[in-house]
Amino acid sequence: MSFSASSLSEDEFFYGHKACAGCGGSLAVRIALKVLGEKTVAVLPAGCMSAVGFNFPQLCFANNAIISTFAGTASMMTGIEAGLRARGIADYKVVGFAGDGGTADIGIQALSGAIDRGDDIIYICYDNEAYMNTGTQKSSLTPFGARTTTTPVKGNRRDKKDMFEIVAAHGIPYAATASVGYLNDYMRKVAKAAEVKGTKYIHVIAPCPTGWGAGSDETIELAKEAVDCGLWPLAEYENGEFSLSMRMKDPSLLDSHIRRQGRFKHLTSEGLEHIRELRDRRWDRIDKKWNVDQGRRTR
Amino acid sequence: MRPRLVEPPRFASPDDYPEGTSFEAGHLVTVNSGWRRVRPKIDGGKCTGCLQCYLYCPDGTMIKSGKSVTVDYDFCKGCGICARMCRAGAISMAEERA
Repeated sequence: MSFSASSLSEDEFFYGHKACAGCGGSLAVRIALKVLGEKTVAVLPAGCMSAVGFNFPQLCFANNAIISTFAGTASMMTGIEAGLRARGIADYKVVGFAGDGGTADIGIQALSGAIDRGDDIIYICYDNEAYMNTGTQKSSLTPFGARTTTTPVKGNRRDKKDMFEIVAAHGIPYAATASVGYLNDYMRKVAKAAEVKGTKYIHVIAPCPTGWGAGSDETIELAKEAVDCGLWPLAEYENGEFSLSMRMKDPSLLDSHIRRQGRFKHLTSEGLEHIRELRDRRWDRIDKKWNVDQGRRTR
Repeated sequence: MRPRLVEPPRFASPDDYPEGTSFEAGHLVTVNSGWRRVRPKIDGGKCTGCLQCYLYCPDGTMIKSGKSVTVDYDFCKGCGICARMCRAGAISMAEERA
C-alpha cells in the first residue's frame, strides 16, 4: 500500500505537543503514527518526544502511549507485544520512538536483545544528532565537527556511529534509513515495516533547528539536503541484502549544507575536507557492498 | 479525528489526582498559539491543493478543507515550514502583531 499526502489518514495521533517550532523529530512521530493507525501502542523513552508529549494533564498522544526507562525502550516493547499476544489481541502494532542517544548509546543493549529474540516490534530512531532535550550534549550519532555543549571548542572529534549497519549485522528481518525531508519514502518504509514479521528498525534523520543552529522553517530543507549531498544515504536491508533507495543527487551541495548550520560555524576548511572524505569513503563501501542497481534515481 | 481542547481537570484535593500513572489519551488543556511570532496566511486562489503543507507540518495543524487547507491557529507555532513547502506560493507568513 502506498501513502501520499492525499491518501494519508486525516486522524492526528500526536497533537498539541510542546516540541520546539519546526521540530523534525515530532514530524517523524506524527507521520509514523498516521501510517500505523490507532491500533498502535507507542513506547517513548526519556528524550524529546516523551518530554514534549506527556505534560500532565496535557497528553498529546491520541493512541496508547507509554514512557519507558531510558535504556529500556526495546525491552518494554517486547513486554507489551508479549502482553497483547497473551491477551489474544492480535491486530495491534507496537512501535517505539527513541532518539539518537536513547538508541545508539543508552538503549543499544535492549535493542540488540530484542532483535536477537526476533520480537515483533517496530523500532524507530529519530536522529537529531545529539541529546537535544537536555540542551545539546554529544551522542555517538553526533557527526564529525558538530559543536555541542560537551564538545564546545573544536566540535565533535568522532564520526557518527553507523547504527543502520550495526542493526543489519544482527541479521534483522527489516531495517531502513529515512529522512523527514523525503516523507513519501519514509511512509513507504513504515508501512513496509508494519507488514514484515519480526523486529523492524527504521532510522530517520530529523533535524533540530534549536540544536543545529538553523531557522525553524529550514528543517525539511536540511533533511533533504543531507540525503542529496550524500551525508545520509537512504537505504533498506532485507533478506540479508542492502539496497539503496536513492542515489546521491549533488555531492557539491555538501559545503553549503554544512555552512548554513550554526553547529558547524567554527569548522575550518580542513574540518570540512574531513567530512567530505568520510562521506566519500562511505560511498566507496556502499558501491562495493550494497545492491546499488536497485537504487531508483532521484527526479 | 484529532485531539481537542478540553477544560483542565479541577483537582480540589490530592485525593482527586489519578492514582496510577495513566490518564486519558489525547487530552489537551493548553494551546501553543502564544509561541507564535508569525502566522501562516493561505491564499485560497493560489492554492493548488497539493497538501505538501499538511504533510510536512510537524504539528499537524494544517487541516484538509475541500480543495485547500485551513490552519488550526490554536496549535500552530508559526515555524514557517508550510510556507517553504508551498510550491504555489500560496502561503505567506505575516507578523502576529501587525
